[in-house]
Amino acid sequence: MTYLTKPKLHHPTLQKNKVGYTRRDYEGKISTLCAGCGHDSISASIIQACWELDIQPHRVAKLSGIGCSSKTPDYFLGSSHGFNSVHGRMPSVLTGANLANRELIYLGVSGDGDSASIGIGQFAHIMRRGVNLTYILENNGVYGLTKGQFSATADAGSKSKRGVINRDAPVDTVSLALQLGATYVARSFSGDKKQLVPLIKGAIAHQGAAFIDIVSPCVAFNNHEGSTKSYDYVREHNESVNRLDFWPTREAINVDYQEGAVIDVPQHDGSVLRLRKTHPEYDPLDRVKALNYIAEHQAKGELVTGLLYIHPEADDLHAHLNTVDTPFNKLGVKDLCPGAGALEKLNASLR
Amino acid sequence: MKPTDIGAPDYFHKVVDCQWACPSHTPVPEYIRLIAAGRYDDAYMVNWNSNVFPGILGRTCDRPCEPACRRSRVEDAPPEGAIGAALGATREPVAICRLKRVAADNKVDIRARLPLAPKKKNGKRIACVGAGPASLTVARDLVPHGYHVVVYDGDMKAGGMMRTQIPKFRLPEEVIDEEVGYILGLGVEFRAGKRVDSMKALLAEDYDAIFVGSGAPRGRDLDVPGRKEAAKHIHIGIDWLSSVSFGHVTKVSKRVIVLGGGNTAMDCCRTSKRLGGEDVKVIVRSGFDEMKASPWEKEDAMHEGIPILNYLVPKEFTHAKGKLTGVTFEKVAAQYDADGPNQGRRRLVPTGEPDQHYACDEVLVAVGQENAFPWIEKDCGIAFDEWGMPVVDKVTLQSSLPRVYFGGDAAFGPKNIIWAVAHGHEAAVSIDKFCQGEDVTQRPPPMVHLMSQKMGIHEWSYDNEIALDRRYKVPWRDPSQTLKNIKVEVELGFDRATAFKEAERCLNCDVQTVFINTKCIECDACVDICPMDCISFTINGEEPDLRTRLTAPANNLTQDLYVSSTLKTGRIMAKDEDVCLHCGLCAERCPTGAWDMQKFLLDMTHAGPGCRSRAPKKEPELV
Repeated sequence: MTYLTKPKLHHPTLQKNKVGYTRRDYEGKISTLCAGCGHDSISASIIQACWELDIQPHRVAKLSGIGCSSKTPDYFLGSSHGFNSVHGRMPSVLTGANLANRELIYLGVSGDGDSASIGIGQFAHIMRRGVNLTYILENNGVYGLTKGQFSATADAGSKSKRGVINRDAPVDTVSLALQLGATYVARSFSGDKKQLVPLIKGAIAHQGAAFIDIVSPCVAFNNHEGSTKSYDYVREHNESVNRLDFWPTREAINVDYQEGAVIDVPQHDGSVLRLRKTHPEYDPLDRVKALNYIAEHQAKGELVTGLLYIHPEADDLHAHLNTVDTPFNKLGVKDLCPGAGALEKLNASLR
Repeated sequence: MKPTDIGAPDYFHKVVDCQWACPSHTPVPEYIRLIAAGRYDDAYMVNWNSNVFPGILGRTCDRPCEPACRRSRVEDAPPEGAIGAALGATREPVAICRLKRVAADNKVDIRARLPLAPKKKNGKRIACVGAGPASLTVARDLVPHGYHVVVYDGDMKAGGMMRTQIPKFRLPEEVIDEEVGYILGLGVEFRAGKRVDSMKALLAEDYDAIFVGSGAPRGRDLDVPGRKEAAKHIHIGIDWLSSVSFGHVTKVSKRVIVLGGGNTAMDCCRTSKRLGGEDVKVIVRSGFDEMKASPWEKEDAMHEGIPILNYLVPKEFTHAKGKLTGVTFEKVAAQYDADGPNQGRRRLVPTGEPDQHYACDEVLVAVGQENAFPWIEKDCGIAFDEWGMPVVDKVTLQSSLPRVYFGGDAAFGPKNIIWAVAHGHEAAVSIDKFCQGEDVTQRPPPMVHLMSQKMGIHEWSYDNEIALDRRYKVPWRDPSQTLKNIKVEVELGFDRATAFKEAERCLNCDVQTVFINTKCIECDACVDICPMDCISFTINGEEPDLRTRLTAPANNLTQDLYVSSTLKTGRIMAKDEDVCLHCGLCAERCPTGAWDMQKFLLDMTHAGPGCRSRAPKKEPELV
């Protein structure tokens, strides 16, 4: 935490993107989290990704629940829409917002308590329904706001700062998301922006339920020896299966990689995700194999990171429900309230 | 790159751009903080210790610190075009020089804080030739250590060119009297009105060392047709200025042309304007931007309605019946050698246009100054080079005669007051070592203190909030008053409230970001918070390559990269010092205290025990 706001001055070479903003324009208020919190690095990565994607800040809605992680939307995209909802209830608020206005870019920001404990039911259903969003789970395995109790994602056998060993089995949110039908599933680490920023960009471009589990060390309560979510532990056990590159258009790809080492995944919006394999046997297009791979490596104590699964032809809730293309705020009174005659007709069709 | 050695006294010194650029290495941010705190006496003494003449320099310094100031590199460039011009916003340095004056103007009484000459002298006698800033600095540095210093000057009052050549409307007499008086009051023997006419005679006296600080007293002349015939109305600038200073000249004709583009020319034209000159022009050979005068001095002259005409080379003084009628000029243009050995060298080439004639009644020639040592006999043992300059060591300022030292303009030609002071300090060190029987080339480096500024969890002992204010202008007295009376000072100086605001623009570059490698957990918090993108964690490489791979490119090659040794992940921390705001946010955000803000204080080695060998003296052998 700091008492000063970040000075407005910036580096003389700071660039503007296509929509005329500098990276600094995507910042929010000064963070009040503990110094060194991984969450602040995630905020910085979201800022970087949105700047690189030339997103207009007012076209983004950021929603969160309760917890350290859910405070972070205040620290990025200061000019975007925001909603700080009830604990664990971000998914239902976001689903509603998305149904009302499908044209915004939705960022759901949550933590391991918010998503894997109190909000696990909501988490399950937003993945299952395929709401078009980027769900960012800032996962530190610990309840930082209440001084360091284990959260539901803490690994069995890991040690708390006070020396207590966790006996409970962890919720693996990545496997859960895969099982529940999320169409873009990734895991990353707050301390590796080179991996994280493209993953966030890919998730924002993905037109379906995109989920990123980001291990984010809690410097105050979970960065000690015996923790499995410390900077040191994650760096030692990080097994990255691929590196993602993101191209805004299909034509722009001009980097050559060795044959066979690359998978191109075109997206609905014309952008392309290019995956450079770092584990040759890993296939991110196969959901079942991905689940197995993650489970096997987890058993070995490895943390599998990268883009773990992507469904190239994903669709979303609006497609499932066959909703109208135009958001509510652009529909006229006549369309929204077609009158008693139309209601009568509808009722008749159901009799 | 190799890890940066922050123990080297120069490393952090270079980060304090103003202090590094100052010839006498004044701790600028230190005194600016004291001014902001209203501690004017303390601010004055910090200056006095380094540059000896804070009140004088606060009005007249050439300010090498200001072009170096980091502030001008970090402010936003003003919007282009008319809007930017209307806002008047430019990227400007802190008004360091004028803040110095604030300390001098607002101090109460510092006399009790001046050093005292010891009652018991050390028996060494030093002669200083000329009572200008260089000699006075030598005297100030040596007298408190028991030396008997005798200062000779042809004038009745001490001060040298500060008194005779700088017009009073820029530097009031009482400021000179005060600051020169502090030095003479230490117990210097001043032999007023006693010009030294023979080095041989001086050498024959019982002085242990002699310091020559006699300046560059000869104004360069312009030998073109008509010079002799119209001599009555053509004057050498610096001589004319001193005549004005002594009251021998009180009037000037209505139409005056000043030839030359240096600060002396600016003083000449502004003085003319006050002595009855109505149509005063400055006419210069070179272009406006290449003129030697400081930008602010040109501005001041133009502000008083004096036009500056460029690219005109004087060809002839026209005259009729022994009276000057004007000056004829040839029009030239600048051309730059495209290739060859002097590629990029500028040459002034006649344009072929018809010559231009400017009518005038009086001409002031301010085309440069020269050294002159007619009083130093060729066979007295002091070697001179082919240009008639003494052969002087750049560091020790020693001449080929070991007990004779040169400093100020007398050593390497015309410079400015702050260089004269810097020479004075170094010469005093040499003289002290020489008189103590030590090798003058063995000079201890300056002392460096680094002290953490941490006061509490997010509290620092300096104000780390960055003010966004643009540079404040020093108010001017109304021209209706200043143009009438040559002794009325033009600049009023900052009032205390404005001085505080201007002081807040200082970035505290002396509060250094110190990185402690072993404490870093590579959490990126500092990278994320740094407003200027100065910090990177990356794989090491050679400097040119590394400079391109950082969070933001490090394009300013004059500024160092601060590089750590290898961290746990195999990367290094690299910080570009160029545009760091010294806001301390990296240290506030660091969870482990790997970053700390530490104040760098440089203690220049001045004359006295500190400059002498610290090796134990040999005990006399017992018989």
